[in-house]
Amino acid sequence: MPIQVLMPALSPTMEKGNLAKWLKKEGEPIKSGDVIAEIETDKATMEVEATDEGTLGKILIPEGTADVAVNTPIATILADGESAADLAKAASPAKQEKAAESAPPAQAKAEAPAPKAEEKVPAAPKAVSEPEAEVPAGTEMITQTIREALRDAMAEEMRRDPDVFLMGEEVAEYQGAYKVSQGLLQEFGARRVIDTPITEHGFAGIGVGAAMAGLKPIVEFMTFNFAMQAMDQLINSAAKTLYMSGGQMGCSIVFRGPNGAAARVAAQHSQDYSSWYSHIPGLKVVAPFSAADYKGLLKAAIRDPNPVIFLENEVLYGHSGEVPKLDDYIVPIGKARVARKGQHVTIISWSNGMTYSLKAADELAKEGIEAEVVDLRTLRPMDTETIVASIQKTGRAVTVEEGWQQSGVGAEVAARIMEHAFDYLDAPVTRVSGKDVPMPYAANLEKMALPSVAEVVEAAKAVCYR
Amino acid sequence: MAAPKKSVTKDSGQEKGDGSPPEFTKEQELKALRDMLLIRRFEEKAGQLYGMGAIGGFCHLYIGQEAVVVGMQMTLKKGDQVITGYRDHGHMLACGMDAKGVMAELTGRRGGYSKGKGGSMHMFSVAEHFYGGHGIVGAQVSLGTGLAFANRYRENDFVSLAYFGDGAANQGQVYESFNMAELWKLPVVYIIENNRYAMGTSVTRSSAQTDFSKRGISFNIPGRQVDGMDVRAVKAAGEEAVAWCRAGKGPYILEMQTYRYRGHSMSDPAKYRTREEVEKVRHDQDPIEQVRNRLLAADVSEQDLKSIDAEVRDIVNAAADFAQHDPEPDPSELYTDVYR
Repeated sequence: MPIQVLMPALSPTMEKGNLAKWLKKEGEPIKSGDVIAEIETDKATMEVEATDEGTLGKILIPEGTADVAVNTPIATILADGESAADLAKAASPAKQEKAAESAPPAQAKAEAPAPKAEEKVPAAPKAVSEPEAEVPAGTEMITQTIREALRDAMAEEMRRDPDVFLMGEEVAEYQGAYKVSQGLLQEFGARRVIDTPITEHGFAGIGVGAAMAGLKPIVEFMTFNFAMQAMDQLINSAAKTLYMSGGQMGCSIVFRGPNGAAARVAAQHSQDYSSWYSHIPGLKVVAPFSAADYKGLLKAAIRDPNPVIFLENEVLYGHSGEVPKLDDYIVPIGKARVARKGQHVTIISWSNGMTYSLKAADELAKEGIEAEVVDLRTLRPMDTETIVASIQKTGRAVTVEEGWQQSGVGAEVAARIMEHAFDYLDAPVTRVSGKDVPMPYAANLEKMALPSVAEVVEAAKAVCYR
Repeated sequence: MAAPKKSVTKDSGQEKGDGSPPEFTKEQELKALRDMLLIRRFEEKAGQLYGMGAIGGFCHLYIGQEAVVVGMQMTLKKGDQVITGYRDHGHMLACGMDAKGVMAELTGRRGGYSKGKGGSMHMFSVAEHFYGGHGIVGAQVSLGTGLAFANRYRENDFVSLAYFGDGAANQGQVYESFNMAELWKLPVVYIIENNRYAMGTSVTRSSAQTDFSKRGISFNIPGRQVDGMDVRAVKAAGEEAVAWCRAGKGPYILEMQTYRYRGHSMSDPAKYRTREEVEKVRHDQDPIEQVRNRLLAADVSEQDLKSIDAEVRDIVNAAADFAQHDPEPDPSELYTDVYR
C-alpha cells in the first residue's frame, strides 16, 4: 500500500503553509531521514524528512503551491515491490489517519506534534468585522494577517517618531519569535531593533528607565508568561511612578507579546493575564481581536504617554482580516466595539474569546436568538458605557473569557452591569470562562479547560430562559 | 572599619596602588563641608519630625554616608542622571533639590516634590535630573541602566549614576543589568553604598562575596573599592569612573565603604550591632569631621565654620517650618496623576 506524505505542521498553531521546493523527483529512491521537500510559513522555513523508505511515487502538490492545509497529502511513497499502478489506491481519502506519521520538520522536533483538526482551538471566523466607526466611508481595505498588522503598526510609528524603538528576545536577527517583527531590523537597524538576553526582569527595567528618560520603548515579551519575571518593574515602576512623582515623571512604554492559551504547551506557557494587569491603576490594558484593531490600537498604544500592556494572542497571529488602507489608522484606547448587533442577549468578550462568542452568535441565530456581541478591545479603561447601552437593549448578558473566573475580567464586567444596569437585567449575568485548573497538556483535557462555542450557546440560552 | 582595598582593574585584573586621595582646594573643602552638613542637619531634623509624628511611614536616614553622594556629585556635569533607592534624601539635596520641597514631601504636604503623594522613598526632579527615589530594593539598578541606555540611544555623553546598597547588590536584576550594560557599553556608574548592613543583616551574613567591587568581574566590568568616608577619595574614584563611562567604555562599579549611624529606618531596634561599633566609626572616620579638621588645620577659623553651620541650620529650619505649615494635598489630588 503506497504511503501518503502529509503536509506537516511546523508549530502547534500552524494551519497551512507553502510548499516551497521538492528536493526529490518522482521515481527517486528515498531513505528514512532524507530531506524530500521544503515548506515555509510566514514564520519559518523547514525541511520535510521522510520517515519511510521506498520510491517517491507521485508528487501531489507541486512546488510553489501556497496555503497548503496541514495534513493535506503532498506526495506518495511506494514501498518495495509497489508500482505506480498502486497509486490510485493511495488517492482514496481513507488514508488520512497516516497524518501522525508524516515527517516532522527537522528543526522543529522539540515542538509538539500538530493537534488534529477537531482538537484545535476554533478558528476565527473569516469575516467578522463590521465597518469601523473610525473609518471614513469608502475607505479601501486590505487583507492582512494580524502578525502583519502588528508589524506595520510598529514600522509606521518608528518611521514617525525616532524615539520609538523595539527591544526583546529574538526581535531582531531571528525576526521575532513569532515573526511579528519581521523586517524591522532591516529597515531600522540594530540601534532601534534590539535583541536582549533572556532576562525579562532586567530588560523590562531598562525599558522603563529609558522611558523615564523620555524615549518610547516597545518591549516585547516572547510571551506574557515570561513577563511574570518582570512583574515588579511593570507594576511598581511603570504603573506607579507618574502618581508617586506628583505627575512629574511618567513613562510612555508599550509591553507587548502573546498572552492567553496557546496550543498544547501546558500550564506554564498557557495563561491569560488579562485580569492581572487590568487590576492596576496607572496601566492601560489592550487586548484586541480583529486585525484592524490590532493595528489601530497598537499605534495608539505606542503614542500613548502612559504604560500600555498590549495583550496579543498567538492563536490569532496567522488569522487575516481587513485593515483600512489609511496613512495613519488609529483606534482609540478605551472604546469597545459592537462586533455584531442583536437584541436578545449581549455576549461580552475580547481577544480570542471573541472567536467563541461570534461562532456562538451564529449558532444562536439559527435558533432565533439574536445575540449582540461586544468586543471590549480595551480592558482598562473599560468602556462601561457601551456595555450598559447593550444591556439596556437586551436585558441579558454572558461574558466569555479564556482566563479563570475568580477575580476575572468577567467578574468585573458582571459587577459593572449590576452597578449600572441592574434595573435592565432580566436574568443574572452568566460567565463562560477557562476552567479553574492549570492548563493541561493532553489534547482532550486542554479542550475541556478552555471555553467552547457550545458553552457560550448554552449560557446564552440559559439567560434567555430557553 | 577595614582599610579599603585598592582597585580591581579590567585590564590587568590586578590591584593598582593609588595612594592617598588628591587634596581638595579650600573652595572644594568648603563646598563639601557645606553640602555634607546640609544633608546631616536635614536628616537630624527629619528624625526629629518623625519622632514628633509629623513624618509617617518609613524614613531612612543618610547620616554617616554623606561623603558618598557629595563626592560623586562633584564629578558630574549638568544633564548627568542620578537614581537611587529609598535612602534618598541625601541624594536629592546633593542634586540641588530644594530642602523645603523634600521636607514637605516627608510630611505629605502639597508643596512636596511629589505633591505629597510619594513620601520619603518616592521623589523625583526632572529639572535636576534626579530620577528617584525607588522603594523596591534593586529596581533602581535596572532603571538607572535604562537611563544610560537612553543616553547611548541619543548618542550624547551623559552618564547615569545608579546608587544601591550592599543588600540590593544581591538582587537578581542587578546582574541582568550588569550583563546588558557591559554588552551594550552603557554609560552607567554602579555605586554600591556598602554601609555594612542590609537592614539588620550584616554583609558577612548575607554575601558570599563581600568585596562588592568584584561583583562585575564575570561581566568584565571594572570595579574599585573606595573609602566612602573620605569625600576626596570618593571624588577621585568617581572622576575615574565617570570618565570611563563618558568615553564610551561601558559601565563601572564603585564600592563605597561607608557606614550609617542611624538605624535602617526609624523603627530599627538596633539589636544587630553594638553601640561601641557605631561610636568608633563616628569618632574615627566621620566624613564631616575629616573635612572640618583639614580646614581648621589650613587656617580656616572656627568662626567661619560656625557661620556655614548657621547657614545650613537656617535652610533646614525654614524647610521644617514650611513642611509643617504647608497644607495637605487638596482632596481633588487623589485622582490626578494616575494617567497623563
